[in-house]
Amino acid sequence: MNHAVSTKKYAGLFGALVEFDTPEDLVEACEKTYAEGYRKMDAYAPMPVDGLAEAIGYKRNKVALCVLIGGCTGVCAGFGFLQWISQVAYPHNVGGRPLNSWPAFIPITFECMILFSALTALVSMLAMNGLPRLHHSIFNVPSFERASVDKFFLCVEAEDPKFEPESTVSFLKTLGGREVNFVPE
Amino acid sequence: MDQIEKVNNYQLPSELIPDPGADIVLGHGLDYKMVTNRIAGVVYLPLKNSPKKWLVGAFFSFCFVNLLMLAIYVLFTKGTGIWGLNIPVAWGFAIINFVWWIGIGHAGTLISAVLFLVKQDWRTSINRFSEAMTLFAVACAGMFPILHLGRPWLFYWLLPYPNSMWLWPQPRSPLEWDVFAVSTYGTVSLVFWYVGLIPDLASLRDTAPSLLQRKIYGIMSLGWRGSAIHWHRYQKAYLLLAGLSTPLVLSVHTIVSFDFAVSQLPGWHTTIFPPYFVAGAVYSGFAMVLTLIIPLRSWYNMRDLITLRTIESACKLMLGVGLIVGYGYGMEAFFAWYSGDKYEAFMYWNRITGPYGFMYWLLILCNIAIPQLLWSRKVRHSLWLVWVISIVVNIGMWLERFEIVVTSLHRDFLPSSWGMYSPTKWDIATYAGTIGFFMLLIFLFVRFLPSISIFEVREQVHHDLHAQPVEEHV
Repeated sequence: MNHAVSTKKYAGLFGALVEFDTPEDLVEACEKTYAEGYRKMDAYAPMPVDGLAEAIGYKRNKVALCVLIGGCTGVCAGFGFLQWISQVAYPHNVGGRPLNSWPAFIPITFECMILFSALTALVSMLAMNGLPRLHHSIFNVPSFERASVDKFFLCVEAEDPKFEPESTVSFLKTLGGREVNFVPE
Repeated sequence: MDQIEKVNNYQLPSELIPDPGADIVLGHGLDYKMVTNRIAGVVYLPLKNSPKKWLVGAFFSFCFVNLLMLAIYVLFTKGTGIWGLNIPVAWGFAIINFVWWIGIGHAGTLISAVLFLVKQDWRTSINRFSEAMTLFAVACAGMFPILHLGRPWLFYWLLPYPNSMWLWPQPRSPLEWDVFAVSTYGTVSLVFWYVGLIPDLASLRDTAPSLLQRKIYGIMSLGWRGSAIHWHRYQKAYLLLAGLSTPLVLSVHTIVSFDFAVSQLPGWHTTIFPPYFVAGAVYSGFAMVLTLIIPLRSWYNMRDLITLRTIESACKLMLGVGLIVGYGYGMEAFFAWYSGDKYEAFMYWNRITGPYGFMYWLLILCNIAIPQLLWSRKVRHSLWLVWVISIVVNIGMWLERFEIVVTSLHRDFLPSSWGMYSPTKWDIATYAGTIGFFMLLIFLFVRFLPSISIFEVREQVHHDLHAQPVEEHV
């Protein structure tokens, strides 16, 4: 998230927030807002909602790619490490078996693959989401605490080129939400 | 401004909430806010409003944790000689309990990962709880091999790290595979559990009555704000973690079974072990889930959140997996006969008729005979019976591990090296102590973290809202 852009149109304003009761209303509102030409916006829900990210124009989810890379790294690291131990660092004749007795290395290689992939899934998901972070402007709206309980929100951000306080708020009011608030930065 | 009223002095619903029956996953009339309050409320429950049974249970578990500490202290000062281990039975309680505990962990992963992949909605209400169970069971399991080392303070020698002696562990040994399997399993289970908790911790941050709770849960929730894009990546990561945990759980108990199967000992050296161990693990794990959730849902008046449907489905799965375990027992007998190997045949004959034979038949009673009662719908709907059967299966699975470890070792090739094994009071104290440790962790978990996944229950509420009108037309 690049909030630290110096060319801010509205100092001290993060965006405008509208609140809904159901996920369906939120998805519909997002689609309308996107069709209206707004691009810099985000929707907030207390649970995953089908089609919500797509409705605000999100397309490419790179978590799976990161996990694939993590898993391949795990396989190479695990197998390579065992080869290095048994052929370079500590070559050791065990019952006449060859130093490269690779089938015996598969279980540990497999575990390394799972370990690396799982940790990559966690870290890449958090990193791409910009988490952990201590604060975010959206929390400045007191009613936003219901975003983790039972309410659904759409926020059009002030950075959007089409954003203008009056016209955006009056547009958001047409979406049928409960109330529209400005989000102070 | 439409803020949430913070729940001060939360009390459990005073009247008994009935179970909606075996047809639906959640009770009627729940909405997003209500499920949040009900599940998070348990965490906010002041100690004076906590069920008395919780206090008594936590106190007794704590006493057993002290017993565990004492047993470990004596072990550290005197050595493994305080246990009943000797030649020929050099693997006694420590390995039996290790295998038993790690097996219990497996149903937790199965419920949260495999049932997630195959979209079983009844898992929603117990997945968080069973993941926690996995984690705590792995913690108990991990203790045993380390205590068994003789010099447990040198346990880090098992890990490959550059040391001044330039010695590296032996990567061809199943015991070394075990180190990787169990530590990976523990780590991945923790990651999976924590990822599932993040959105719920954010709910706790926003609803907790005290500032301190809001701060702690706020930090633990990592600043989660429920953005649609975040949810999208989150769901992908969760799906992948479920997909990774599934082969992991199979590999872990497979590798545990390799500890036995790769050896040359009659009774251990058999190809049926990996699938047979995995089935046994899942069997005991389902039994433990049932043992725990049946009291839990009644203590916290959660019968509409963890419904009979969940319990009945778990029973059916337990019954099914139990039959696979039964097939494993049958195959063991068949291998012993069909191999034509006289040591194999003798080992089996000794197992069922020898000095430990009564334990074998007790095991058949516990694992094969009694669980057949679950074929009856009446039995599955009688919670007391289900609870008793689940404990019987737990005992049966422990007996199975005893049989595998002890009867294969105590009479092998040469009659001159035969011997008997019996546990000492310290063996029993350590085992009972880990049960106390496990229970205490469960009690604390229920008290401090949401024991049901709140956001997944919200999804289920949403799903039910849309499913109902369709059902009415039908």
